[in-house]
Amino acid sequence: MGLTISEKILARHAGRDSVEPGEIVMVDVDVVLANELSAALAIDEFKKIEGAENILRPDSAVFVPDHFTPNKDITTAKLVQRVREFALSQNARWFEVGRAGIEHCVLPQNGIVGPGQVIIGGDSHTTTYGALGAFSTGVGSTDVAVAWAIGKTWLRVPPTFKVTYHGQLQPWVGGKDLILYTIGRITVDGATYMAMEFHGEALAGLPMAGRFTMANMSIEAGAKNGIFHVDDVTREYLASVRHTSYTEYSSDPDAHYEHEIEIDASQIEPQVAFPSIPENARPVSQAGDVKVDQVVIGTCTNGWIEDMREAAQVLRGHHVAPHIRCIVVPGSQEVQRQMVKEGLMEIFMDADCIVSTSTCGPCIGGHMGVLGEYEVCLSTTNRNFVGRMGARTAEIYLANPAVAAATAVAGHIVGPDEVVGRRAAA
Amino acid sequence: METLRGRVWKYGANINTDVIIPGRYCHLTDPQELAKYCMADLDTEFVDKIKPGDIIVAGPNFGCGSSREVAPVSIKASGIGAVVAPSFARIFYRNAINIGFPIFESSDAYDEINEGDEVEIDPDSGTITDLTTGKQYQAKGFPEFLQQIMARGGLRGYAEEVLASRTQA
Ligand code: SF4
Repeated sequence: MGLTISEKILARHAGRDSVEPGEIVMVDVDVVLANELSAALAIDEFKKIEGAENILRPDSAVFVPDHFTPNKDITTAKLVQRVREFALSQNARWFEVGRAGIEHCVLPQNGIVGPGQVIIGGDSHTTTYGALGAFSTGVGSTDVAVAWAIGKTWLRVPPTFKVTYHGQLQPWVGGKDLILYTIGRITVDGATYMAMEFHGEALAGLPMAGRFTMANMSIEAGAKNGIFHVDDVTREYLASVRHTSYTEYSSDPDAHYEHEIEIDASQIEPQVAFPSIPENARPVSQAGDVKVDQVVIGTCTNGWIEDMREAAQVLRGHHVAPHIRCIVVPGSQEVQRQMVKEGLMEIFMDADCIVSTSTCGPCIGGHMGVLGEYEVCLSTTNRNFVGRMGARTAEIYLANPAVAAATAVAGHIVGPDEVVGRRAAA
Repeated sequence: METLRGRVWKYGANINTDVIIPGRYCHLTDPQELAKYCMADLDTEFVDKIKPGDIIVAGPNFGCGSSREVAPVSIKASGIGAVVAPSFARIFYRNAINIGFPIFESSDAYDEINEGDEVEIDPDSGTITDLTTGKQYQAKGFPEFLQQIMARGGLRGYAEEVLASRTQA
């Protein structure tokens, strides 16, 4: 019987011809990612491993301090200091504030991740790189420490859940809407332990930004990894970031899928996930009257330049409603630079948004926009759990950047057509 | 491994890592510090009411959300002896195994065990006995490789063996 793309990559890294879902394999790891939080614990653990003095392959170890940076307070400053010292002393790859941003945008943009690799990271959204045809998954700090020490990790080979999107996407519908819709359909544990493999002609024209968002949020359906096949869009992106040597894998026609669903993507409207679980997705036209206090556009889920362009397209010539704070968070310094070049900064600032430095900040209620009691936030981030962005009583709605921008202008949740249409009519 | 015994605290489905240990405490690394905020956004009385050895029985997909290893670390440090659930989110599952914290998969146990029951678990066989009702449940077994990791008290022991065999080679 044939193999899926995930099975092929794992087999290759286990030094085998094939692997079967359910079995546990030790695999070679190409990239080990850690942010300052997972790194801090991993360093403690690494130091306890008898016989491990140095990271086995320092160039495979990537550190991106992004959760509480630029340092939020003295405690986090000390934490980052400790991680920085370790990373530099190990000659590992350290991405300092000002040359970096949020890990899941930084790695692709620096050509570090690519097709056919096995990537693990001390962050659940490490699944993001599956958009490039890699097997990429989040692990804990002990796994990170052990992978530094021996260059390998253990993985249970996941069965694969195939999702096929048919038809043409409606205007304003992107990766965020497809994945929210899908999670709404299969629930937050619908793909637990599984590889989500994305297919279908609806994805052909989807830019990398949308694919990154889908792979990023596959974990929100419980998946171990989310994966796309390499196509011209991928190849063009890889060339642009100078990631040139890689192996493309693809699923065999007779590969075994544990589950398969087919989705008519042409019927999908922009989606909004209601509090407090990503599976509460419904079309924006059925959102009803939801007034919001804060809008967040960006972070690792929708912080790509394409996302910024989309939000700017809606915001241009408008102002954020008086009672709303609209915080724009580029995914990386690189994205921010491009925003300046394209004049997007000006559009956001003219619209009365605040453009933050690239940081996880508001996404985890860390800093730069923490929610107060009973506040309501519409955000392009990936999780709307209780307490995620601040106070326990705050409520979070998730949507794409165009919906977020429109909501900031209208003051309550609306689709982009209502705002852009208004301008056209004026 | 030793027999686990304690009183049951029961929670629902999809208990995520953001409520187990909220992001605002994730810069902490000392287990004892983390233990103080265990379940902070789910049950504010949790840390005061539990006793060492108590057992959490929760619904499916326990530990979903982030990769934060501090989630099982804080539960372990709080004194909880084990978590029983129909299923665990995968990163929580591997983190628990890697740090040597006992978890058990059983749907029946979740359906039938009540809060406050006294429960005994034999970690080697996976047998869960509700001493209050007298009923027994069998948790799913772990694959052999994972049993080996757990027997070594976590993943670190495995890595040390690999390193030792390399230096000998
Ligand atoms: S932006 Fe949010 S989801 Fe993304 S890495 Fe940071 S904390 Fe995680």
